[in-house]
Amino acid sequence: MSALLDGVCAALMLAGAFFTLAGTVGVLRFPDVYCRLHALTKVDNLGLGLVVLGLALQSGSWATALELLLVWFFVLISSAFTCQLVARAALRRGAAPWTGRRPP
Amino acid sequence: MTMALFDACLALCLPLLAWMVLRTESLSQAVVLFVALGLLAALGWARLDAPDISLVEAAVGTGLTGALLMHTLSWTDERPPDIVARARRRPGSLLALAALTGVLGWAVLALPPDDPGLTREVDARLARSGVEHPVTAVLLNFRGYDTLLEIAVLLVAALGARAVNPRTERPSPEPARDPLTGELFRMMVPALLLVAGYLVWVGEHGPGGAFQAGAILAGGGVVALLTLQMGAPRLSSWRVRVVLLTGPLLFIAVAVAPLFSGRDLLEYRRDLAGTLIFVVELALTATIALVLLMFFPGVRPARVSGGKAP
Repeated sequence: MSALLDGVCAALMLAGAFFTLAGTVGVLRFPDVYCRLHALTKVDNLGLGLVVLGLALQSGSWATALELLLVWFFVLISSAFTCQLVARAALRRGAAPWTGRRPP
Repeated sequence: MTMALFDACLALCLPLLAWMVLRTESLSQAVVLFVALGLLAALGWARLDAPDISLVEAAVGTGLTGALLMHTLSWTDERPPDIVARARRRPGSLLALAALTGVLGWAVLALPPDDPGLTREVDARLARSGVEHPVTAVLLNFRGYDTLLEIAVLLVAALGARAVNPRTERPSPEPARDPLTGELFRMMVPALLLVAGYLVWVGEHGPGGAFQAGAILAGGGVVALLTLQMGAPRLSSWRVRVVLLTGPLLFIAVAVAPLFSGRDLLEYRRDLAGTLIFVVELALTATIALVLLMFFPGVRPARVSGGKAP
């Protein structure tokens, strides 16, 4: 049973690491600020969530699992808000969204 | 093995980031890099088993200072400074830097290896301090005198900050541009208060205490200043004065009280020590939060052009 649990945890954390890496690649490679924000907030939140889930299963105590989930919850809230705020600030400053015609 | 790799990464990244902060072309990039550097420094302190310093670094050195820098950035013209002129070889400063590095390195290497310092003395007398965390015991009992003077220094710093910052209580009449930030603030307030209260309480037996809690409250205050169109605290309002003086005066009272019963300054009665320290920490939290908040100017100063106020 514990071996199965370890396997599930490892799979979750590896998936989380993969998504986080994908988000970072997106930030570095995407053409404009809106696409980058999209990659960063969505994908990184998913990656962090998967890592937190794996760690929570591994922790073996409800209190620790709850704390980890709270951490994820706060990151979700703050990243959703900051994403909106940064995007608005960029729009106010006149950062043009990428239309696909310009070379990135 | 994994930890050694992690430590090596930290040790490599810290100087690299510091160098990048100094060498970036744009000011906003420098600020962001500075915040990243602060977070990594907090990680470094945590790895060196100094959780208290790590907490302060994250809350004050990174959070509040980063907010102050960002705020300052919004007043300045983002003109890239002349990097080439700055990077001109200045042999004097290079020599001074090398000398300082040498002296610091020599000082660190001259320390006796594995010297516990005063850890043993503190641990031996921990039971008499009224708290269970050695750092709190040293700060508020064994060396309470230093903390008392530190609070006085903080008050002076607040006076200086107020002298420099523009004096306005009324916020600018412009309406709040973003409903989002106010909403975020409203969601975060309960959590902020909870975390600050928890940090004060946990200081009795773990890393935490008045400084960290005050910094977190001040962070919430900064968000309030920026979003809720709240006026910056003014020294002329009696409420601000009361809060500013609560911590120091209470601390002084607690410090002087033993003198009347024939004991020394700050020599608490052992059965009351824990309670006294907790009360003092609570009062200090409010004072520290307000002092840190007073560093934060509420409005933009009038743009000074050519050395003359317009």
